[in-house]
Amino acid sequence: MEWETVIGLEIHAQLATKSKIFSGAATTYGAEPNTQACAVDLGLPGVLPVINKEVVAKAVKFGLAIEAEIPPKSVFARKNYFYPDLPKGYQISQFELPIVSTGHIDIQLEDGTTKRIGVTRAHLEEDAGKSMHEGFGDYTGIDLNRAGTPLLEIVSEPDMRNAKEAVAYMKKIHSIVRYLEICDGNMQEGSFRCDANVSVRPKGQEEFGTRAELKNINSFRFVEQAINIEVERQIDILEDGGEVIQETRLYDPNKNETRSMRSKEEANDYRYFPDPDLLPVEIENSFIEQIRGQLPELPDAKKQRFIDEFKLSEYDSGVLTAQKEMSDYFETCVKAADGEAKLSSNWITGELAASLNKENKDITESPVSAEMLGGMVKRIKDDTISGKIAKQVFEAMWNGEGNADSIIESKGLKQVTDTGAIEKLVDDVISNSPDQVAQYQAAPDDKKGKLIGYFVGQIMKQSQGKANPKQVNELLRKKLKI
Amino acid sequence: MHQSTLAQLSAALESKEISSEELTRLYLERCKKFNDSLNCFITINEDEAIKKAKLADQQRAENKHTALTGIPVAQKDIFCTNGIKTSCGSKMLDNFIAPYDATVVEKMNAAGFIMLGKTNMDEFAMGSSNETSFYGPVKNPWNTDYVPGGSSGGSASAVAARLTPIATGTDTGGSIRQPASLCGITGLKPTYGRVSRYGMIAFASSLDQGGPMALTAEDAALMMNVIAGFDERDSTSAEQQVDDYTKNLNNSIEGLKIGLPKEYFGEGLDSNIAKIVEDGIKELEKLGATCKEIELPNTELSIPAYYVVAPAECSSNLSRFDGVRFGYRCDDPKDLSDLYTRSRGEGFGKEVKRRIMIGAYVLSAGYYDAYYLKAQQIRHLIRDDFQNAFKDVDVIAGPTATGTAFKLNEMIDDPVSMYLSDLYTVSVNLAGLPAISVPAGFDNNLPVGLQLIGNYFEESRLLNIAHQFQQATDHHKAIPEGFE
Repeated sequence: MEWETVIGLEIHAQLATKSKIFSGAATTYGAEPNTQACAVDLGLPGVLPVINKEVVAKAVKFGLAIEAEIPPKSVFARKNYFYPDLPKGYQISQFELPIVSTGHIDIQLEDGTTKRIGVTRAHLEEDAGKSMHEGFGDYTGIDLNRAGTPLLEIVSEPDMRNAKEAVAYMKKIHSIVRYLEICDGNMQEGSFRCDANVSVRPKGQEEFGTRAELKNINSFRFVEQAINIEVERQIDILEDGGEVIQETRLYDPNKNETRSMRSKEEANDYRYFPDPDLLPVEIENSFIEQIRGQLPELPDAKKQRFIDEFKLSEYDSGVLTAQKEMSDYFETCVKAADGEAKLSSNWITGELAASLNKENKDITESPVSAEMLGGMVKRIKDDTISGKIAKQVFEAMWNGEGNADSIIESKGLKQVTDTGAIEKLVDDVISNSPDQVAQYQAAPDDKKGKLIGYFVGQIMKQSQGKANPKQVNELLRKKLKI
Repeated sequence: MHQSTLAQLSAALESKEISSEELTRLYLERCKKFNDSLNCFITINEDEAIKKAKLADQQRAENKHTALTGIPVAQKDIFCTNGIKTSCGSKMLDNFIAPYDATVVEKMNAAGFIMLGKTNMDEFAMGSSNETSFYGPVKNPWNTDYVPGGSSGGSASAVAARLTPIATGTDTGGSIRQPASLCGITGLKPTYGRVSRYGMIAFASSLDQGGPMALTAEDAALMMNVIAGFDERDSTSAEQQVDDYTKNLNNSIEGLKIGLPKEYFGEGLDSNIAKIVEDGIKELEKLGATCKEIELPNTELSIPAYYVVAPAECSSNLSRFDGVRFGYRCDDPKDLSDLYTRSRGEGFGKEVKRRIMIGAYVLSAGYYDAYYLKAQQIRHLIRDDFQNAFKDVDVIAGPTATGTAFKLNEMIDDPVSMYLSDLYTVSVNLAGLPAISVPAGFDNNLPVGLQLIGNYFEESRLLNIAHQFQQATDHHKAIPEGFE
């Protein structure tokens, strides 16, 4: 039987605010345990939550970016359950009336087509603390620094049909929250993580299969692996005549398997009800318009602009705009390269990306700044150096030896364009290689192109790569015909 | 001196007739002397109080004082006090010392009040008799075989016995007004949101409101001037301008229109109480008020609605008492579930557990709509009833409680009867209105309160009427025998 996979994602994006969602405590990551937890975060008796207005503004910004409806009123609700790192015995979240209503985003599929994925809702909630099971003997340590950190939970429609689509969706949301500067997107620190609802059904069947919820996946790679392995597991069960049970599962990247955490029967009854300590959040149109005015150019719009303005391919434009910092880098580089977009794009997506990748660095950590790279591209464009020499220049820049011009100068890498000097090199090589000349001249026309490479190579070697290859080629062809 | 009102004490301090230290020592001596029999204090804060009183005297000497600097007060043990135990009447918090002051406490400290101690109360403010306290029942100074009412029973008893000139209380379903009625003092429950709830341990967040428990309406007004107002730490506090509550006290009540809800004078009200309340209303008529009968048709729904909403909120509010971070923790928990179950099972008393169970039930999947949502709808009906009534009348008058104080242990095993005794008070909380209870007379030597209910933020008007009533009557001046 042919199976179809159905996937919906719940993404938790930590909103980048200085203070917590309901208290004035700082949200900085990595502080000593419990140094960033005030009385409100500790859930001490008598304390009360007060909404951080910045959190509301950031959520609304996200809603506008996905063309969602922003309801005039949203309500905080209590989700009641006991857990040691949940200080109040309930999490303040949103239930019936979320801050962001239905919206959508477009993802690019591998075949180049675009698919629209629905976003059911996005709601605000506070994060819990952390239980630490190591280093405390028979006890469990509780760190409440994270408790009360603002989260935006973005819930998709079950619109994705394979793991790659899920990854594309997650990457797109990641890109949007980074563009909006509402979330730092740091997946290692847990600032951006997701739960995946996965089910399979016989192809053609309308009704959804029973789903499993894969919890807390914090990398794009793991999302893909977790979904694929889970789909395999479910299909195996169904093909063996079994039934998938509704449950929460945990993905173990080390063993590449999913494990059951709790079944539906063990699930909590969260006893949601509106939090009486907080008033409903009322959002006026003027506020929405004010936020709309602050929206930056978003990835889709920027991608189209790059195609139109810089004549880039759809693919290159997509790569360059996926990350805001990358697109900023590109634009700065082009400017420094006197508008040379194609070469800039090639260098960024080629040499630079490879070097960053090799050293596991983000574009923001690149030792070669956009201005430096642009300065080098400019020198390729004006024939000061060849593309081949540029690789040496790039490497030197990467190693901190200065900018392109100073490296070209100090290493004497300037391309030789003096016709007289090149002519001398050509003449020398021709006179020193009578056999090759004879071979060349005897060869049929369609083989000549290949044979000329020998002479070019010799000349470039003699010139230490500095001879202008175009001139060398032209001169050789002229002289060898004689 | 201990029979004085706040205004009198303020004058005595101002004229140097007495120092704050002397005054504070005088009240502390009374507290220590009578606490054995009344049990109205959980904590007496002797050393700290004397230290603060000396400081108050210094401030007065340096002319850096307010009118209230150096006057003693008692705080209900539901208000967090920095560095001093805040138990909320529960074993659960017997070891709890808050690292902060409640806003109410902070404001009173800033005004110069000297805190004598923390008063006894029903556990987590759940009770109408002050018998659910982990620290034992409080006695009514009018007859120590009787309860003082609850949950602010310790404050009511302490003020009535003149162990403190004034005290704070909190009112979720009548917890200021009912004990005020049963102990013969004046108690004001302000409009919901008028007084900050920050640092006041939550019972039912949408109903809780702190307020003064005093000898007179004037004293209550003086305290309101200190504690009322918006607090940015409490999102539900009102950003509405605060009145000078003493300003209108002496206004005439000529032409005041009083509504008498027929539902408050029907079945269930003791006939002697009815007579005393009616006499009190006649006094108001003599002062120029006119009365008319009104209807609050959904009154009978208020008890069931209240006993859904309040437990629902409390079941969630009390979840933080789990033995993990503070408060009571059971010995040798064998695992997490055992830690939770035994810490909560051993730390909470019977009434608290009963309400948590009710609350968890009415919020649970499949029952939410039938109970919690329905109760919220009833709240709207009750609010509308009052708003309709206030189209025709300025205030509403009636009894505060269905009877006088009852005997200790008389009702403790009959929670439903106890719940039903809140009939005249809970609808005010459900609607969020202000209401005051003033002493109106005695039945069998036990005090009876007259309740006045006002429209939103009309505390000033209620205090004015109560003050005029007290200018014309002496019920509030009566002192229980043995406490003169």
